[in-house]
Amino acid sequence: MRICVVGCGAVGSLFAANLSLLDDVEVVAYDLSAAHVDAINAGGLRLSGAGDVLGRPRATTDAAEIGPCDFGIVATKAMHTEAAIAATAGAFADGSVATVQNGIGNEEVIARHVARVIRGTTFPAGKILEPGHVQWDVKGDTTLGPFEPSPAPFADVERLADACTRAGMPTHAVPDARGPQWRKVIFNAATNPVGALTGLTHGRVCERPDLRALVSGLVSEGKAVAAAQGIELDADPEDLVDHAAKPEVGYNHKASMLQDVEARRPTEIDYLNGGIVRFGGELGVPTPLNEAIWALVKGVEQSWQQ
Amino acid sequence: MTRVCVAGAGSIGSLLAAHLARVTEVSVLTRRADHAQALERDGLRVSGRSDFVARLTAADDPGALPPVDLVILACKGTDLESLAARIEGQFAGATVMTVQNGLGAEEVVAAHGDWPLLSAVTFMSGTRHSDAHVEYVLDTATWIGPFRGTTGDDARAVAELIASSGLKAVGFDDLRPAQWSKLIFNATVNGVAALTELPHDFHFAEIEHQGDLGLLVRDLVDEGKATAAAAGIELDEDPWEMNVLATQRGHRHYPSMLEDVEAHRPTEVESINGSLIRAAGRHGVAVPLHTAVYRLVKAKEASYTQ
Repeated sequence: MRICVVGCGAVGSLFAANLSLLDDVEVVAYDLSAAHVDAINAGGLRLSGAGDVLGRPRATTDAAEIGPCDFGIVATKAMHTEAAIAATAGAFADGSVATVQNGIGNEEVIARHVARVIRGTTFPAGKILEPGHVQWDVKGDTTLGPFEPSPAPFADVERLADACTRAGMPTHAVPDARGPQWRKVIFNAATNPVGALTGLTHGRVCERPDLRALVSGLVSEGKAVAAAQGIELDADPEDLVDHAAKPEVGYNHKASMLQDVEARRPTEIDYLNGGIVRFGGELGVPTPLNEAIWALVKGVEQSWQQ
Repeated sequence: MTRVCVAGAGSIGSLLAAHLARVTEVSVLTRRADHAQALERDGLRVSGRSDFVARLTAADDPGALPPVDLVILACKGTDLESLAARIEGQFAGATVMTVQNGLGAEEVVAAHGDWPLLSAVTFMSGTRHSDAHVEYVLDTATWIGPFRGTTGDDARAVAELIASSGLKAVGFDDLRPAQWSKLIFNATVNGVAALTELPHDFHFAEIEHQGDLGLLVRDLVDEGKATAAAAGIELDEDPWEMNVLATQRGHRHYPSMLEDVEAHRPTEVESINGSLIRAAGRHGVAVPLHTAVYRLVKAKEASYTQ
């Protein structure tokens, strides 16, 4: 089985390194960072932290070198989906492509370029320490399911989930993966930008009752948009918010969007709160708080252009 | 001749004191003794739109100041309660005028003495470079109206005195329409600027695409207008048009709450946004977006101590 990981940042590297350990899987890691690619080809792809792994994927910055694949796993930041899949689509002419990205709308973008698409959502997280070396912060499950308008065969979804699970990344194949996806999107959209706008860690956001109420307001709008699509959430995002606030889980965690803002990197706000607002608009569900938060974080990004 | 005491020598107080000293006797009540000494020793220098040095009397003890006809309380809203307490029992026979942002300054002062009261809002701005040097930046007007035991003629007399000193001022029979216009404008622009760290520039008037900042600004203004309408106030100017005009002036104004968050100082969110939200509560108007902005700014202040 040949698998190409498209976008080998922290999350993509977790998949690429672990999958490369399987005897029956050949992994190609596609990334635009020449330093990261060169380091992987020279010394392998190292994970440390929640798991210590030295993977040996073949890495490349050149999409023409990928070759035909059975599967793609897209793991870029959401704003790079279009460019990444447009460049690599040729490798998946006979394959299926899954997304494990944040936010809403990635599947739609991928389906414009490839025929068989797998909706996905993943909870493991980490950060790149240096080229070729990724810190694995959190383990967690991944859920995959056929993307309804342009589905991969369910047998393919099961094959990919089985490979990931055997590689140490527990993955479930389900007929409808929208529930876990929307639970994560609603959680991220309700907590990430609040951390980014205030500078507070997740725990400190949650211990201010008035701010926790704002988080709940954002969660409620997201739930209404999910419900209007007939999506059954696999768990209440509110529970995820409270769970993550515990000292032993994520009290001191700075949301990735806060890390982005502190480093003045573009955020994924358009695909989180912006995605909820767009879907809400199409479904006639009002989302005024998500729209306000979307505009404020975009304003933060605009303030760096001065 | 109207003898004036300016209590509180921040940028607004310094601009008023220095200009008025050119046409009448002016004393300044400071919080710190060394500030009063610097003013008496060096005079008060104005640069920018005016350029002169004013000679005036100053003290940190209200009992040490000469008798006056008009007291202008020019401190920040957050310092008003303690300043009003300090002048309790002083300045018998004088009229007292407030120039704080937000609502409710007059009531705070009224609780500390039975002086006749005038109420004012100011749109001018300055930058304080030292205890004895203020730069005159925006030459917009100060608006004055009666509050307790005063008339529109009293307000116009003070406006004429201020205008004769080289600043802009207008007296009204009823200040509330202007005061509420400014409050809605201020709460909106200051809150959005404090969170995005954008100066008040063209982004605040962009309404072309979903998620544009101007749409949030307009929604915030609409919540303010609904509150004013419920309070029976007919606005003097449309705060949305004030916003659009201000962004077209061609120079990028840094609202005071933006300067405060950049310097990690407490902001006036309580007296500006808080007073609008409390007024909305009294009149049964829902203001979810102002409430969100207020909570986010309060939380951002809390992050200074992280």
